[in-house]
Amino acid sequence: MQIQYLEFKALEMRKKVWKMIYDSGTGHTGSDLSCTDILIALYYDVLKINPAEPKWVDRDRYIQSKGHAVEILWSVLADKGFFSENKLKTYGKFHTDLIGHPNNKVAGIEMNTGSLGHGLSIAVGVALNAKITNKDYLTYTLMGDGEQAEGSIWEAAMAANHYRLDNLIGIIDNNGLQITGSNEEVMDSSSLKQKYQAFGWNVQEIDGNNMSEIVNALKNVKKNGHPNLVIAHTLKGKGVKVAEDRAEWHHKVPTKEQYEAAMADFDKKLGGDFENGEK
Amino acid sequence: MEKNKPGRKAGEVMCEVLIEQAQKNKDILVLTSDSRGSASLKPYAEKFPEQIIEVGIAEQNLVGISAGLASSGRRPFAVSPAAFLTMRSIEQVKVDVSYSNTNVKLVGISGGNSYSDLGMSHHSLQDLAITRAIPNLEIFMPCDQFQTRKMFEYLAQSDKPAYIRIGKQVLKDCYDENIEFVPGKANVLKEGKDTAIIGSGETLNIAMEAAEWLEKDGISAKVIDMHTIKPLDDELIDEISQEYQQIFSIEEHSIFGGLGSAVSERVAQGGKAKLKIFGFPDEPAISGKQMEVFDYYGLTGEKIANEIKKILNS
Repeated sequence: MQIQYLEFKALEMRKKVWKMIYDSGTGHTGSDLSCTDILIALYYDVLKINPAEPKWVDRDRYIQSKGHAVEILWSVLADKGFFSENKLKTYGKFHTDLIGHPNNKVAGIEMNTGSLGHGLSIAVGVALNAKITNKDYLTYTLMGDGEQAEGSIWEAAMAANHYRLDNLIGIIDNNGLQITGSNEEVMDSSSLKQKYQAFGWNVQEIDGNNMSEIVNALKNVKKNGHPNLVIAHTLKGKGVKVAEDRAEWHHKVPTKEQYEAAMADFDKKLGGDFENGEK
Repeated sequence: MEKNKPGRKAGEVMCEVLIEQAQKNKDILVLTSDSRGSASLKPYAEKFPEQIIEVGIAEQNLVGISAGLASSGRRPFAVSPAAFLTMRSIEQVKVDVSYSNTNVKLVGISGGNSYSDLGMSHHSLQDLAITRAIPNLEIFMPCDQFQTRKMFEYLAQSDKPAYIRIGKQVLKDCYDENIEFVPGKANVLKEGKDTAIIGSGETLNIAMEAAEWLEKDGISAKVIDMHTIKPLDDELIDEISQEYQQIFSIEEHSIFGGLGSAVSERVAQGGKAKLKIFGFPDEPAISGKQMEVFDYYGLTGEKIANEIKKILNS
């Protein structure tokens, strides 16, 4: 897959999410924009999936442990054809399946998440199943950096290496911010690389908003008997200047002025740099 | 029914059934949190090393991994002391099992006051209260070896999430091998015309003993085995709460939120009977041998019979 196409998709999806959150009046804006490039790399290039057969037994599994960044996930799943664009419009509406966290009543969602610190344990179970049943699928889970304060993460990190799950790929969306402020202020989550290495994991550190680096990292995980972690250094709110690197955009809805300014900016980039999807 | 025949521990029977089921079905998995010994599961572990997964002392991870395995089509039994399984990992039970609808069987061993002399940290006298409030979770307590067998045979086939609490005592036989086990359908162990006593799991024997004491004084008590705490047998509760003026429940649980509470919620909807709940008071339980502690809290057949007489005669 051409990196340029993936970058175009990322821009298109950021615009979509921005509109979705403005229209519905709810969403984890900063978190969505932070991990957009990671989801695009996964869903448009890396994951072995079939939207026409969401429960295909040999599919790769994706469990979004940082469930709150769900608007980008819903947008990507609709764009990939797991469900219709019309259904996507029900996001945040009364009695919808498209709620504010992943919901496995919707095609393409493996497990319900929302409470942080659950995804890695689930992913260990899913990856362990592949080992037990001799399946080749890979299991991916996306975690937040603030989420690393949950003790259950470290129970799962220990088990992943104990069971030699080199078919498990953890990704940390490391934007350095959480709802209250910076990770440093709230709970020191520095030295994640050394922490996971000490738990026996292979660790790569990348620029998590650089499409080439994401794709390279995800396609070059080791099969050496140890689980894999990609620490993706990202910018919270990436792609919308007013929201970039600002903790208050964790769960903030744009004003009309902010919405229109960013939409004009998206259109300019999509029409200029990426006309017809080509750079 | 052969009364007072020494029976067996629920854990040993669970192990036997899981061995039989694992033999037939490779999807059966047992997960333990450094708890295979206390769970009487060593024979299983020796026979099926490929079908037991040890997660170490990490109850949250135990349930999360089980949910991941279940979502992949396996049939995991997560076996851990009830006190930790239903408290330490309750959010994983709520989100990863109940909400995600994964077919995990949560087996709480050494339940209730089994670890009577180890302090409140090891007592699970709130497990029914907390699991009962979680949707999409069946709750069972077997009372003897025959029911334990039928229950685990059902669990191995069932696609629904469940919590099962067992204790450490040698359970006297209440049934024989012909027992039928229907989830959600309580059994009447003994008929009676004056009142009804509802028990579940290990307290069923106390209910039977109480009924025998009452019989000596000419009081005829029906004894009900409420092996399924959820879904509760509403039909039978409706029946007895119309038939009698006063009914009783006995449980190895806090008097708040357990079997008695479940029954009272139903009775309050239209029954005419009053309900007296026998159980553990709202305090950290004292230490001692299990039967000493039961006696201290008035949970013996004789003491309960005396209380029942007082209430019925008042």
